[in-house]
Amino acid sequence: MTMFKHRVTASRRSVLRGASALVLVPWLPARAADDPLPAIPALAALLGGRTPRFERLRMQVPPLADNGQAVPLKLALSGPFSGGPSVEALHLFSERNPVPDMVTFRFPPGLERIEIDTRVRLAGTQRLVAVAAMSDATLYASVAEVVVTIAACLDGS
Amino acid sequence: MADARISLPQDIRRGEPFEVRISIRHAMETGYRTDETGKPVPRNVVNRLLCRYGGEDVFVVRMTSGIAANPYFRFFVTARESGSLDFEWVDDAGNRGQAQAQVKVA
Repeated sequence: MTMFKHRVTASRRSVLRGASALVLVPWLPARAADDPLPAIPALAALLGGRTPRFERLRMQVPPLADNGQAVPLKLALSGPFSGGPSVEALHLFSERNPVPDMVTFRFPPGLERIEIDTRVRLAGTQRLVAVAAMSDATLYASVAEVVVTIAACLDGS
Repeated sequence: MADARISLPQDIRRGEPFEVRISIRHAMETGYRTDETGKPVPRNVVNRLLCRYGGEDVFVVRMTSGIAANPYFRFFVTARESGSLDFEWVDDAGNRGQAQAQVKVA
């Protein structure tokens, strides 16, 4: 009886271990910083051949969105700001939306907290790219992937 | 009914950034939908939102159909003087909206 119990526990543990590995693999957070950006013409136009730095800018979206009609999205650029270059604009691009240039935010110089929440529409599973353009022409970028179960704005529905 | 809802914190201190939240009532029609008779509903989204405070543009948004219906934004503004936070927006059909909130700087 005891031996049987022991065997059950052991196999349950290994099953759990295997299962958690399976579950975790697709959700490894963010891609490596040197991963190429998705090919979005509007993004390429903004970058103009420059390579953004994958630091300071953070984009938060749920990895899985049931409904693409309204997906909460947060953008935050960490400091320091005082004395240094200020952020002029934050851009957000979509890999699969019919309008890839989703939104642009502009700020006055001297603002010391760059943090934005909004809700976006997503036409299917895709990567989003946020770019912060600084007053000294430095670019910071962040990439996030969202799996969308029900896409927004498809075939008239 | 009001076209927008704005909320500001109670405690706003001079020189520090304070949180602003605004939600605008707008369908943000993408142009990809059809009405009940099968006719396409023309695209009409709020394409520009401007927030002014103390004579300065403190937050400017250019947006497309990529922003969800009833656009919502939370952002920060540096507190200067007590005064009005003035919002203005315009959609593709040329409809203009505006809303104000009073900032009380402690």
